[in-house]
Amino acid sequence: MAFIDYYQILGVPKTASEDDIKKAYRKLARKLHPDLNPNDKEANKKFQQINEANDVLSDPEKRKKYDTYGENWEHGEEYEKARQAQERSRGAGQSFSGGFGGDADYSDFFGSMFGGGSGRQQVRFRGQDYTSELHMSLSEAFVTHPKTLTIHGKNVRITIPAGVENGQTIKLKGYGGKGVNGGPDGDLYISFVIPQDPVFKRSGNDLYTQVNLNLYTALLGGEITLDTLHGKIKLKIQPETQNGTKTRVKGKGFPVYKKEGVFGDLYITYQIQLPTQLTDKEKELFTELSRLSH
Amino acid sequence: METREYIPVTLICEQYEVEISFLQTLNDYGLLEIIQVNENACIHPENLERAEKLIRLHDSLELNPEGIDVVSHLLDRIEDMQNEILQLKNRLRFYED
Repeated sequence: MAFIDYYQILGVPKTASEDDIKKAYRKLARKLHPDLNPNDKEANKKFQQINEANDVLSDPEKRKKYDTYGENWEHGEEYEKARQAQERSRGAGQSFSGGFGGDADYSDFFGSMFGGGSGRQQVRFRGQDYTSELHMSLSEAFVTHPKTLTIHGKNVRITIPAGVENGQTIKLKGYGGKGVNGGPDGDLYISFVIPQDPVFKRSGNDLYTQVNLNLYTALLGGEITLDTLHGKIKLKIQPETQNGTKTRVKGKGFPVYKKEGVFGDLYITYQIQLPTQLTDKEKELFTELSRLSH
Repeated sequence: METREYIPVTLICEQYEVEISFLQTLNDYGLLEIIQVNENACIHPENLERAEKLIRLHDSLELNPEGIDVVSHLLDRIEDMQNEILQLKNRLRFYED
């Protein structure tokens, strides 16, 4: 466990007055407050540290103990243990009264230094926000579906609405770290990571795809069946369809987030495939066609 | 909508140890909507999260309602811009891949 220099965290000298500590804490709190830094893990962590530092240094009794043991906290702990053992042997049986609430989320360093005890000054802190990434395919993001996540050993069952976007973050209130001294629990932020699909490219709520057409269907027209995220659809191909022709299929795109039954459009670009390995007969016929067209 | 679906302002004040006048000021600034239900000042459950956030800004950062108003507007703008950046990034990805 690492020694945490609370003075350094607050950016004040050891000689700082209570007022200096208060000012330094407020200044940092304004900068790092979780409400002002949503989704910023680093800021949230630092905010917790400055809260911890402030809680100790703003309390004269706690500060005195901290100043006494300082970096030699291990000796302090030994001393504390010895003292407690001595008290126990005397039959006093009293626990340290100026310590901190057992539920308080202090650093390991501080916990080991002063141990448990009942809190004298109950400062309420909001629990730490957690962040998590959830990877899913485009077809998974296409439908509303349940998902069970394990966050810090706890199973959290959530419903992911259809239409979530890559990079989008949703907040699950109260699924973050436990609040301290009755403060509210933190929140859980889940960011979705949705890689581009090899077949369907997504832009907002619209999908884009390329469809290969053989020369004859492109020239003479016809009907093709296409696999989409909505299932198979039939498409009419106009005669003399040119290579690169784009067509829009209304309502066959991606679902609009939290708007049930509303979808974007599907844009199809036709890629015409020319025949290869022509037979002699085919070559003859194409030659004939070529003559006709000149 | 039934009364029981709303949260009485007095309950929030009790829970978060804030004065009713503070929530009333937030309402005056248009930051929190307080409605009268059977002559009781209440907020809609959907606004509870916002109320909690405003109370936290007041408590932790010692912001007065004017300060909360400014911060709140700036946070809304940041959120809008972050959403716009996300949209643009995804659009850019469409052309890059």
